[in-house]
Parts: sequence; C-alpha cells; structure tokens
Amino acid sequence: MSTTVSTPVPPKDATGQPVRLRQDKGRERFGLARTLRYVALVLGIMVVLVPVYVLFITSFKGAGDASPTRAWNLPETWTMQNWQDAWTALSPALWRTFQMVIPASIIAAFLGSLNGFVLARWSFRGANLVFTLILFGMFIPYQAVMIPLLQIFLDANIPSGVPSLILLHVIYGIPITTLIFRNYYMTIPHELVEASRVDGAGMLRTYWSVILPISVPSFVVVLIWQFTSAWNDFLFAVFFSSSQNGPVTLALNNLANGAMLQNYGVSMAGALFASLPTLVVYIILGKYFVGGLMSGSVKG
Amino acid sequence: MKHRFRRLGPPLLLLAPSLILMAVFVYGLIAANFTTSITDNHTAAQATGVEPTSTVWFENYTTLLASDDFQHSLMNLLLYTVVFLVGTLAIGFVWAWLLDKPIKGEGIFRSIYLFPMAVSFVASGVVWRWLLNSNQGENASGLNRLFQIMGLDFLQNNWWNNVTFGIIAIAIPAIWQLSGYVMALFLAGFRGIPDELREAGRMDGASEWKVYRYVLFPQLTPIMLSALVIIGHMSLKSFDLIMSISKPANYQTKVPAVDMYVAKSSFDYATAAAIGTILLVIVAVVVVPYLVKTNRQEK
Repeated sequence: MSTTVSTPVPPKDATGQPVRLRQDKGRERFGLARTLRYVALVLGIMVVLVPVYVLFITSFKGAGDASPTRAWNLPETWTMQNWQDAWTALSPALWRTFQMVIPASIIAAFLGSLNGFVLARWSFRGANLVFTLILFGMFIPYQAVMIPLLQIFLDANIPSGVPSLILLHVIYGIPITTLIFRNYYMTIPHELVEASRVDGAGMLRTYWSVILPISVPSFVVVLIWQFTSAWNDFLFAVFFSSSQNGPVTLALNNLANGAMLQNYGVSMAGALFASLPTLVVYIILGKYFVGGLMSGSVKG
Repeated sequence: MKHRFRRLGPPLLLLAPSLILMAVFVYGLIAANFTTSITDNHTAAQATGVEPTSTVWFENYTTLLASDDFQHSLMNLLLYTVVFLVGTLAIGFVWAWLLDKPIKGEGIFRSIYLFPMAVSFVASGVVWRWLLNSNQGENASGLNRLFQIMGLDFLQNNWWNNVTFGIIAIAIPAIWQLSGYVMALFLAGFRGIPDELREAGRMDGASEWKVYRYVLFPQLTPIMLSALVIIGHMSLKSFDLIMSISKPANYQTKVPAVDMYVAKSSFDYATAAAIGTILLVIVAVVVVPYLVKTNRQEK
C-alpha cells in the first residue's frame, strides 16, 4: 500500500495480502439489496470481459468471415490460421522478450533488496531524504531523459535491443523495487537486526544470514512486478530497439499497425500470444501480483 | 571522523551502485535534457554532432507553448486525464464498495476486475482499436455494431476520430485497464478500517448510509489521494495506448508524449527535449508535494 507510504496500512500476511479483519456479520439479509449487488457485480464482469470475447472469436475467424455484420458472431468456421501466422510473426520477439525480462527482473530485485534493507533497517541520518530522491525516479516521465539517454547509449556503443533494454529496466526499476523491499523490511522487528549486531555480525553478514532468508515473499512480489512491467513496456522498446531486435510489444504493434492490410484476426491472436506469459503469472501467482500492486505504484 | 565513517560508510557503500545510477540516469539526464532543450538542435546533422548547435535559451519553449498544435496536445492531455481519473476512481470505488461486505464469489469478482492490469497497453490497444472503430451504419463494427444490435443506434459515434473529444475515447480502454487497480486500493482501505468504528456508528443509531458517509469515507481520504497521484501521473505519461490505437501522427488524439516521439523521429532533438521537460514539470507539480508530504509524515 504505498507509494502511499503513509496511508493507514492494513495488516498483511506474509504475501502482502491484507488480512481480513472482519468476519461475516450475517448482517445482510437475503433480499433486494443482496440481489442488486450481485446484478451490479455480474454486469461489471460482463463489461470487463467484452474485449476478451472479441479477442477470442476474432482470432479464430477466417479471412472470409470478416464481414462487419458478423462482427459479434462466433466464427462461421473455426480456423487456426491466424494463430499460426501470429506465431510465425511473433515467436522470435517472444523469445527475445524472455531473454530481456528475466535478467532485468533478477538484477533489479537484488539491488532493490539491498537498498531496502539499508534504508529500512541499517539506517543513517538522511536516509529518508535519500529514499525520497530514489523514489522520484519512479514518477518521472521518461520522455524527460530520453534524448540524452539515446546519446549516452550511442556513445557507449551499447547494442540496441536486448542489452539496452536490460540495462534500462534495471536502472529505472530500482525505485519501485527499493520501495517494495523497504516497506517490507520496515515490518521486520528491530530486535532481529539488533540481535545480529550484538552478536558482532556486520552489515553484509546480517543481510545475508538474517534478512535474505526471510525475504522470499517480497522477492516473489518484486520479481512478478518487474517481470510484468518490463514485459509490457513499449516506451523504451520504441526508442531502444527495432523490429529486428525488439521485444514482443514492439513486434505486436508492428503487426497490428503495420503497412500491410490490417488483419484483425492475426493481430488479435498476436495480442493473446503477447499477453499469455503475464496472464499465466497473474493466474498462478495472483495474490503476489496484488501484493506488488498494493505496495507500489504503477509504471505507465 | 573515523567513527562517523564507520557508521555511515558501509550503508552508503551498499547503496552506492543504485545511488550512482539514480544520480546519473535520473538527475544527471534531466539536467542534460534541459541543456539540449535550450539549443537550436533541430536537424539530424546537429543531432549527430556534424554541425554545431548554439544556445537559444527558452525559444523552443515559447515556440511550443505558443503553437496551436502543441496547445491541442496539452488540451488533449487535460481532457484525457480528467476522464481517466474520474472514470477509474468512480468505477473502482463502486466495485470496492460492492465487494466490501462479505459476498460469495468475492475472489472471482476481484480477479476478473483486476486482470486487465496484467495486460500490456499495446495488446489491449489491438482489441480496443477494433472496438472503437469509427464506421457507422452498414459498415459499423466494434462497439457501434454492438449498439445497433442492442437497439441503441443513437449511441453510435466516431470515437477517437472526433477532433475535440476523440481523446476521451482513448480514455475508455485506460479506464477498463485500471479500474480494478483502484478497486484493490479502496478495498484494502475499507478492510483496514477497524470494525469498532462501524459498530460505534451503528450503536449511535446511524443509518447504514450515515456510517459510510461520516465514518468510512473520511478514513479513505489518504487512499483516494494515493489513487489520484498514481493514476494521475500514469495518465500524464500516457503513450503506449495512444500509439497502439491511433497512429502517432494522428492529430485528433495526440498528447505531448506522442509529440515528443514524433519530434525525436525527425531528429528535432531540441524540441523533443523541451517537450520532455514540460512533461516533467507537469508531473512534478503533482508528485513532488505528495512525496514531500509522505516523507514528512514518516519522520
């Protein structure tokens, strides 16, 4: 809960999920109010799922099935052609995205963990100021650093594509990973660190043998967060890679908005391919995903 | 001195890699960007250092701010941000409120409301581009066709092809994507309010509405502020969604972030840098007070 560092933070369990404070009161009777709530909630679900329905049906439609009158109908004949075409167009980019996102997440998470530990539990005067200065990096519009960034990367001969993007996602991932870890370490009792200090352990030793072993839940949260935001990034991809060496968001955008005749079937199958990894993570590790959302903000 | 170093040394050393990166890549580059923005670096030859540049001070800023074209972008940004904020906050709040009391299937509702957040703007742009197709009547597809099917023909419109309000159409997918996030924030807020408070209100004979109005809502103000800042700064930086739904050169829906990309693509680095700085100032006006306030409260 906190870029929002100051909001009244609800107690959380280890996964960062707010603990349910309230038991079922049984206060609400069966009846009108309850039915209305269900109706409203189900209506919400239907609206949210409209784009999903469109994605699915269109991705299975053949070229002859594209008539606008049948736009909302199920496919006349179900075909896998779009999926095959989309796979051919996107699979190299999908692979590159994995190569980029995995190291970028791991390195940024590790740096964030070190920073979070120091700022939360091995503090010094001015630590809060340092933290705020780091945090600001999360909010800046990257347009405000893009031109010199391009020049630096060019001067330093950093190859465009995966290597550039790894570096960028590590650097600009530091604020959010630091934030999540710091907030998590703030909940660790002081005594734990003090005890280790009294035993004569130094900072690194304390980090290694006391802090790191209990950091697994927030590592999961941070890794998921970084994975998702780097996977979904488009801004850096546009500026620092090309369709030959870029990630899947760029490839998908070229596929969908390319010069060629617009084929919605292929681009929608492509959109599903491109979203699959983050959706799988969301479905399997949903509660950690929510933990990341709660503890951080969002990179636009 | 030595004592001080032993206390300060190790933590700073451990922070050093990140601090250096932040100092260079955030603050250093903001300064470097500003210095580019006050030059006449408008051509490819200058951008690559073949031809020299000279300082023109704030000329690029005044040119930009005086141009109708850029004012249109700023207006779009304002409209987009207002609609995006109102939409996500209203829907997110209502969803959280509906889910606040125990209800069967809460987990399913929550998961589905939140899932669009895991999808990239580029991927959702693909389907929303189709949904927001501006064709009407015979040729209508997307939402316009859906309106016809539902007998709501009068709702058909040309979506993002409207010059003045087209940008609002792009706020719809943005709202679709982030309402669930605001819901999650508010829901955590509701759950964080101690039960005793509600009980006390009820004991005093307050109606359910009054308990919400006078007990619960005031407690949610800090969450609302966070949501405003987070969604607000995302909205100001908005780029992906607009790029994937409409083309970058599309006048109707352009915002400063898109202008910046267009300027950079034509090697007009000075203008691109100036737009970057203008965006930074706009975002900073929203974010810095929030960060300062947060920092103060922590002490």
